[in-house]
Amino acid sequence: MKLPIYLDYHATTPVDPEVFRAMTPYFTEIFGNASSRNHEFGWTAESAVAQGREQVAQLIGASEREIIFTSGATESDNLALIGIAEMYQERGNHLITSSIEHKAILDTCAYLEKKDFTVTYLQPDQTGQISAEAVAAAITPRTILVSIMAANNEVGTINPIAAIGKVCKERGVLFHTDAVQAAGRIPLSVEAMGIDLLSLSAHKIYGPKGIGALYVRRRNPRVRLAPMIHGGGHERGMRSGTLNVPGIVGFGKAAELALRNFETENKGIALLRDRLWNGIREQLDEVYLNGHPTERVSGNLNVSFAYVEGESLMMGMKELAVSSGSACTSASLEPSYVLKNMGVGDDLAHTSIRFGLGRFTTAEEIDFAIKKVVATVRRLRDLSPLYEMAKEGIDLKSIQWTGH
Amino acid sequence: MAYTKKVIDHYENPRNAGSLDKNAPNVGTGMVGAPECGDVMRLQIEIDEKTNTIKDAKFKTFGCGSAIASSSVATEWVKGKTLDEALSIKNTDIVEELSLPPIKIHCSVLAEDAIKAAITDYMEKKKEKKE
Repeated sequence: MKLPIYLDYHATTPVDPEVFRAMTPYFTEIFGNASSRNHEFGWTAESAVAQGREQVAQLIGASEREIIFTSGATESDNLALIGIAEMYQERGNHLITSSIEHKAILDTCAYLEKKDFTVTYLQPDQTGQISAEAVAAAITPRTILVSIMAANNEVGTINPIAAIGKVCKERGVLFHTDAVQAAGRIPLSVEAMGIDLLSLSAHKIYGPKGIGALYVRRRNPRVRLAPMIHGGGHERGMRSGTLNVPGIVGFGKAAELALRNFETENKGIALLRDRLWNGIREQLDEVYLNGHPTERVSGNLNVSFAYVEGESLMMGMKELAVSSGSACTSASLEPSYVLKNMGVGDDLAHTSIRFGLGRFTTAEEIDFAIKKVVATVRRLRDLSPLYEMAKEGIDLKSIQWTGH
Repeated sequence: MAYTKKVIDHYENPRNAGSLDKNAPNVGTGMVGAPECGDVMRLQIEIDEKTNTIKDAKFKTFGCGSAIASSSVATEWVKGKTLDEALSIKNTDIVEELSLPPIKIHCSVLAEDAIKAAITDYMEKKKEKKE
């Protein structure tokens, strides 16, 4: 077993060796520009891109002509929101999203608000879910787009995407979903789920960084987008720029692998995730699961370890690469806005750790992680005045804290 | 964030971690911060009433590594000092000792506040005893 152990698969994933092997020829031997229509080099590159496009489309049940390659999901999210807002502004100026979306959505919405669009931010329930009813209630005659993530990046909660898609169809509103964390982890079908636009990132599914995609529906309805990047008219005019051929080949291979082992892989990861959670809660009191108990992507475990601050916890278990919702890990001093909007108190948000398991996580690593987590939490609780007070039966809420 | 060696050392080997009897007449307890803000420090001092010096100090801290290190340093520094000397410890001294980055300066402020709060608590106890 190699240390440190990578348990941050929500942040990024390693490129699968099979993906890497598929990509390598496209840097040196097969280096053509996919837009060069007049010679062999261009043709080979173009056919590699076509195959990648087909593989990515299959992952979400789309047709290959509906895939627009981008630099990553942040660009896909920007293109979906700004592109739709601009194209459909005659029809309306209202967008609906949730308060726990990724910053790529929230910051883009803030930008649109400056451009005289209005945005409704739906609050999730305490498990992190947005209901189709809440979406329906927020739709107005001026609504042009609903954007709700398929699965959350911090707590892994899966949203009722099909139900939300149905509501949007009924009301004639376009539906975008950021499926970065959901892809390869839950079955996705743009047809069955009524999705009009969908963002993907390769590096979250064992593909390379720097390549992503936006699915844009072509029929029922035909969705149109104003481009953000202008140039040679690539990608049906929606995203100009020379195609990243090796990236697309890798993305395609990664999508193929995600589908090939879909069930066994996710079952295995979920078993390890449950083993981690059971190991932790059997040995420690006052640990709380953040997110949905069952509607959660396979590799996610987000836990609050009451009375132990998240950053100090990570410092004590350097052998584990995890992340925390504690304020101290970010530039701001605010704890995770996702947990806050789910109604988790700031006191518990400061104590949260996100474990992200994935394809290469082993049982041996999880058993090591359990030991490390339990020992570190125990040591820091011995050092925590809050734990001592709680054990003495003092209600921490009854104390007048000084704050700062 | 990369920590300095001294922060790591105090985090891994905290000096004077633990509790003193908060009900003892010669023990002052200062608790500052709030769970919602992500750090709470409790610093306790035991005073030798003949010499008016701090003969022992203990702390417990809920907070990041820098908060733990700041309180650990504070307990080391107050030991053996008179109350007036302890009151003159400034948060900037702690920042310098631990090379805290700007974002962690509030940890040193808390440690200074904790020393002051502990001394205030002791002084109030003494006043009550006289009355």
